[in-house]
Amino acid sequence: MSEHLSKQFDSELDSIRAHVTRMGGLVEEQLRGALSAFGESDHELSRLIIERDKGVDELEVAIDTACANIVARRQPTAIDLRMVMAVSKTVTDLERIGDEAKKIAKATRKIIERGNGGCLAQVLQVRHMGEQTASMLHEILDAFVRLDFAAAAHIVRRDKEVDQHFRATVRQLITYMMEDPRTISSALDVIFIAKSIERVGDHCKNIAEDVIYIAKGRDVRHLGLKGLVREMDVP
Amino acid sequence: MDPSRGAISELPIKAEVRNFNFHYGEFHALKDVTMPLCERKVTALIGPSGCGKSTLLRSFNRMHDLYAGNRYGGEIILHPDQTNLLDPRVDPIEVRMRLSMVFQKPNPFPKSIYENVIYGQRVRGVTKRSVLDDKAEEALRAAALWGEVKHRLHDMAFALSGGQQQRLCIARALATDPEVLLFDEPTSALDPIVTASIEELIHQLKEKVTILIVTHNMQQAARVSDFTAYMYLGELIEFGYTEEIFIKPRDKRTEDYITGRFG
Repeated sequence: MSEHLSKQFDSELDSIRAHVTRMGGLVEEQLRGALSAFGESDHELSRLIIERDKGVDELEVAIDTACANIVARRQPTAIDLRMVMAVSKTVTDLERIGDEAKKIAKATRKIIERGNGGCLAQVLQVRHMGEQTASMLHEILDAFVRLDFAAAAHIVRRDKEVDQHFRATVRQLITYMMEDPRTISSALDVIFIAKSIERVGDHCKNIAEDVIYIAKGRDVRHLGLKGLVREMDVP
Repeated sequence: MDPSRGAISELPIKAEVRNFNFHYGEFHALKDVTMPLCERKVTALIGPSGCGKSTLLRSFNRMHDLYAGNRYGGEIILHPDQTNLLDPRVDPIEVRMRLSMVFQKPNPFPKSIYENVIYGQRVRGVTKRSVLDDKAEEALRAAALWGEVKHRLHDMAFALSGGQQQRLCIARALATDPEVLLFDEPTSALDPIVTASIEELIHQLKEKVTILIVTHNMQQAARVSDFTAYMYLGELIEFGYTEEIFIKPRDKRTEDYITGRFG
């Protein structure tokens, strides 16, 4: 995208994009940290993740304020307008991913403190889901920077897979609970963790839709996969 | 917000510019412009200085006839009677009754408020006092000026403030019962409050008339118009619903202009 006549406007937009990238990086770190605290039963790491969530919240407020300032002072249009609108939604999703990471850390802490859930941390499906959503988050942040709508559309498709894994995880945990009722409390916590991971996938999908909106000017929410494919073909 | 709105081609059309070309002597100022004016909607013409938007606006009421060496090509058709406004057999005075112009700077005649408003009626030969009085009140009410001037209709028009003078010019334009109102940057000489009142007036007027407005202020085009046409170097680059032009223009040149990347 070429430059504005107003260099100041360019630098304001650049600054917003840079902040989103920074927030995305921080959220990704939080998510990976929470997943590894769960996988390794790491109590100290869980505590750190919970503590660091404040930083994510602060960035959300700062970026939203910057968006409001641009709207008030610059009256952005076309791609600039779409960027500002979509950033404002994207940071909400990033903040929620941060919240999910915090929830994963809190549930992990409970499982560790209860002391009988070690074996559950080995639930492979959950770890697999975690890996999958963390890589989705990484890819969508990348697609956001490059405004790569094809990569974004790919993320929307991948979210379906996460949903399938979630259902499989729940089935697997139910068998654990039936075999050994003493694991029920911790198994429920693991289900909450799996649900959080599944929600992260949904938020990645929302961000992917924002990226498509910025790049193509098309609102692809609620269209389903077929509708999305159809919209993506329109120039 | 109207997600159900249909294709522009399905809307009632008040006027159509068809393959329109215009020359100022040797200079080819407008190149093959084709666009509709939808009935009782506001269409904004935007573009950088010299793009031909004012030339196009002025062609609608044959202002270019006043200078030798200007040439029209193509047609501007006024519906429903399909009159080609550019046809030399069509009387430009009659054209100007049907398509009234409001200019950038308020330009009342050096006459009373009342005489300004009924000027077009007098040109038409109307002399009956009661008809003229009714017409003056109707036009002043439509221009949202009646309440402010009804007790001093016979004061000089120059005694009014800038915003009032501009509304007086709008009243004068309305008094001939035009089908189309042409606005040539009607608020560029006015302060923001008066500008807002004129924009509000434009919004009310479109219940009755079709409006074409040239504006340098893109935000004004975004605020007041239903359709926007972007012109550049005498060509119509893009025409569409205003929301589409301002959110997702199809042409890169439109996007560069409205986002301020034009250099």
